[in-house]
Amino acid sequence: MIKIIDLVKSFNGQRVLDGINLEVPRGQITVVIGKSGVGKSVLLKHLVGLLKPDSGQVLVDGQDITRFSGRQLQELRKRFAVLFQGGALFDSLNVFGNIAFPLREKTRLSEAEIRRRVFERLDQMHLTPDVALKYPAELSGGMKKRVALARAMIQEPEIILYDEPVTGLDPPMTNTVFHLISKTHQDSGYTAMMVSHDIPEVFQVSDQVAMLHRGKIIAQGAPAEIQRHPDPVVQSFIRGEVDFLED
Amino acid sequence: MKRASLELGVGIFVLVGLACLAYLAVHLGKMEVLGGGYRVVADFDNISGLKPGASVEVAGVEVGRVESIQIADSDRARLVLRMNPGVQLKDDAIASIRTKGIIGDKFVKLSPGSSEKTIPEGGRIRDTESAVEWEELISKYIHGKV
Amino acid sequence: MATFIHALGGRFLAVVQEAGAMMLFLLEGLALTFVPPYRPRRVLQELELIGVKSTLIILLTGAFTGMVLGLQGYYTLRKYGSESALGSAVALSLIREMGPVLTAIMVSARAGSAVTAEIGIMRITEQLDALDTMAVNPMQYVVMPKLIAGVIAVPLLTAIFDVVGILGGYLIGVVLLGVSSGAYFSGMVQSVVPLDINGGIVKSLVFGITILLVACYKGYYTEHGAEGVSRATNQTVVLSAILILAWDYVLTSFFM
Repeated sequence: MIKIIDLVKSFNGQRVLDGINLEVPRGQITVVIGKSGVGKSVLLKHLVGLLKPDSGQVLVDGQDITRFSGRQLQELRKRFAVLFQGGALFDSLNVFGNIAFPLREKTRLSEAEIRRRVFERLDQMHLTPDVALKYPAELSGGMKKRVALARAMIQEPEIILYDEPVTGLDPPMTNTVFHLISKTHQDSGYTAMMVSHDIPEVFQVSDQVAMLHRGKIIAQGAPAEIQRHPDPVVQSFIRGEVDFLED
Repeated sequence: MKRASLELGVGIFVLVGLACLAYLAVHLGKMEVLGGGYRVVADFDNISGLKPGASVEVAGVEVGRVESIQIADSDRARLVLRMNPGVQLKDDAIASIRTKGIIGDKFVKLSPGSSEKTIPEGGRIRDTESAVEWEELISKYIHGKV
Repeated sequence: MATFIHALGGRFLAVVQEAGAMMLFLLEGLALTFVPPYRPRRVLQELELIGVKSTLIILLTGAFTGMVLGLQGYYTLRKYGSESALGSAVALSLIREMGPVLTAIMVSARAGSAVTAEIGIMRITEQLDALDTMAVNPMQYVVMPKLIAGVIAVPLLTAIFDVVGILGGYLIGVVLLGVSSGAYFSGMVQSVVPLDINGGIVKSLVFGITILLVACYKGYYTEHGAEGVSRATNQTVVLSAILILAWDYVLTSFFM
């Protein structure tokens, strides 16, 4: 469904992505793992046109979106939802306003229907209705992630991009969020690409894993294959070995 | 409730702001709101720094204002005076530029005249006296032309 | 020496480049006013933040400025025996200079910095990217309503400042120091001409756009986390104060 071909991107002369090739199959969750700061989020942002590559292509259903005009990008983005690292909830709106935002902007649903859908999503994320009136500043990290997930899901997207969905959460909340992601994926069968460094919990939600290292994909396969991968770099990352040489 | 208070607050702010702006523009800036009165024109050789909005007086009483200043016949200044309703000017009236007070506000002084005929809307005051230019007077004196 | 000139040239080019980028940013923001969806509610919200919430500070600074002008004007004019010109002295200084400039500087300190911080935080927490991915143009949703609110609010605040200042001058000159009330107001009416009022309004419009443009631009291009936000906020206040005073000179020479 999404195919990344020879993607190259530099910032201030430093090559962050150095010829990435990756395929994200329809209806599956593809996880890109790798150390912090290797450009996983940068890779993700290329898929919705938030960043333009120096060279290479990003094909969505065979169309190269790196050449899209503003209007084409707008149309493309209606098929996507993005769960940003910190949730990226709007500080000026309460939880209800945040979740309702995409519906108010992109649909002509009645206010009653919007209410119904928002509370349905809150319930799906195991959030009580009274959370709806709180502002993002009053929420815990786990609640923010779940509200952001609700806002992503309410758009009924074909493709969801997850940027570090569990970073900074405690272990029970990490499991809760991963559980919610698997469940929503089973229910609606969307295509997903996730970047994460939360090993090994992330293996439980992934259909396919790719490891990003020094601007390239160095290993790719099913979670079980990656865990048995012969490359020492992959192994030391998965086992969380102390690594002085790289930094 | 929160919705209503937003609109109320902004509404009050805009009204107060507009009221202040209106006070400045109408009362101090002499913006014509109703456009009452009528216009006459007067040509001068020199108005030396008179500004639009300056007052027009008869015997020290304000009877109108200078509405605009243009150049006429390429070397004369043409004033458009807006006279208050009910003020009548005879066709031998004399208009002169004078200076008032220490800060030197310029104004137009009118001597109403005694003719039978009055100047109509859009008419012209024919007799004018330009502002006194001290420098010119002094230079004439020095060069012995007086 | 050559490197010095080289550095100077580079610096100059960077300034020109940023000025150009800001101009394009402004044009884009203003053009989006005429593209649906129109966002009257967002404009109202920004009017509250930029206008209503700056009113108190403008009332205070306006009153004190008028009072100081009344005091200074009185003692200066008394030397020439023309205390009766106090009204016109206070009104002209306020309407031509003090009103527009001080209002603009207060608004940039109060609202401009807040706008930069708000947009900067939206940038570093990816809220602007989130708008983009929801197919909502962040320039239109966030920046445009602030520019419009600035254009509306700053002239109104300036008018409030002028009127409160005139009353402050009245309080000191007439009530405290005994200038005649009639002389104060009639002197004022005599000497203020439409050009003064128009000039003041044009100045405040230009200042309003300048403040919000600088504030939005600096916030929009914030980088490097929380430290970046504080740096951007700081730059906003300094840059807008400099631009206000520079514009003031240009516009004054234009209107004289």
